[in-house]
Amino acid sequence: MPHLEIRNLCSAYGASEVLQEVSLAADQGEVIGLIGPSGSGKSTLLRALIGLTPASQGEVLIAGERVDYRSRKSLRALRNRMSIVFQEYNLFQNMTTLRNLTLAPIKVKKRSRREAEREALALLEKVGMTDKRDAYPEELSGGQQQRVAIARALATHPEILLLDEVTAALDPERVSEVLATIRTLTGEGITMLIVSHEMAFVREVSTQVAVMDQGSIVEIGPPERIFDRPRQARTREFVASILKH
Amino acid sequence: MLDALLEQAPAFFNRYNLIFLLEAMGRTLAMTLIGCSLGFAFGLLLAVLRRSRSALLLPLRAAAIAYVETFRRIPFLVILFIVMFVIEPLMPGTSLLGIATVSVCLLSTAFLSEIVRAGLESVSARQLEGARALNLGFLQTLILVVLPQSWKVILPPAAAFAVMFVKDTSLASQLGVIELTFAGKMLVNRGFSPVLGFGAVLICYFLLSYPLSRAAAWLEKRLAAS
Repeated sequence: MPHLEIRNLCSAYGASEVLQEVSLAADQGEVIGLIGPSGSGKSTLLRALIGLTPASQGEVLIAGERVDYRSRKSLRALRNRMSIVFQEYNLFQNMTTLRNLTLAPIKVKKRSRREAEREALALLEKVGMTDKRDAYPEELSGGQQQRVAIARALATHPEILLLDEVTAALDPERVSEVLATIRTLTGEGITMLIVSHEMAFVREVSTQVAVMDQGSIVEIGPPERIFDRPRQARTREFVASILKH
Repeated sequence: MLDALLEQAPAFFNRYNLIFLLEAMGRTLAMTLIGCSLGFAFGLLLAVLRRSRSALLLPLRAAAIAYVETFRRIPFLVILFIVMFVIEPLMPGTSLLGIATVSVCLLSTAFLSEIVRAGLESVSARQLEGARALNLGFLQTLILVVLPQSWKVILPPAAAFAVMFVKDTSLASQLGVIELTFAGKMLVNRGFSPVLGFGAVLICYFLLSYPLSRAAAWLEKRLAAS
């Protein structure tokens, strides 16, 4: 049984359909790279998965359990198992790094402050941000904020991690530090969906790469095949267009 | 004329008149501070209510909007009379000051709820999505994330509103509340020169509102720095 299974997921935004019957399955610990032109629905797919954008049709199953996005209880259960890292970090501006990490564990998961802080410090160490534990988001660079945001997403022990263009808002010289952080997370058993324009990185870390265009997945397969021997004309076009840059 | 003023001055600035003016000043201040503080609390409640999305609260949301839109459009003097004519038969013996304070509260609730609403809306949608994705509930998000970030947008205009209301409470004189304006009128009726009577009132208003606006400015500066 796949860890995460998406069946015919559709999402409509006003009149235009932004996701059209997207289906995808990922085993535990798999890293799925989602690539495709801007506006192809990659981010919408992640947002629909965690219930920030409503899906109009289709099903999402986690470890065989169907998620009911209309039920608050089911949504809470889902977000207990799934975390998202946003392109713009979305760190709480009024809180220090440490507080950003411990907020959900303490307030939502009802853990003790001591335990939450101990774990948060371990996570900060992992992303190399220990010395910024008392800094506020606006005192950090984009890359540092994103590393904190990744640590925050991990603080709730997600089984599934969604990364939504996490390097797109960063200065080029900051991209590598964030990618290095993500690289350390692969192989830890967390199932990941990574939306990214960093093709070399996607190719390196993904177990499967899905190419999206106009709200659908046009091709999915191992990274070597997608990048070297794409079957679909649309994939070939896209891969050729990025290789030109 | 100056001679007449100088002649009257010692009689005017006697202990009884000063106490009389101080008491009037106290009433003006009490109406403003108590009315606006309660107004802020209720305004916050209305603004939060309007943000809720629950279907159950829909009637309350509609009532909140109706309240705000209505009361922002009624002149303060009219509110004073309405409150008086409603309260008098229901609770005879309610002091005029009490009636005026309730009126201040009713009006400031409407205005302050709009100020609070604008403040809550100034917090970016990204902050809310971050909170939702982390499973924080409506109230948790409000108290832990939204309010701490919106104080600096809410407090300056809210304080400015209260300072402005110091002046508007003069309308309560029409009800017979012996606040500053009414006190000035009474002094003039007792035969003192209007220049002395209302001059003293003017100074009292200044003494009330200037420190308040300085305090608001200080608060604004402190919040902007944090």
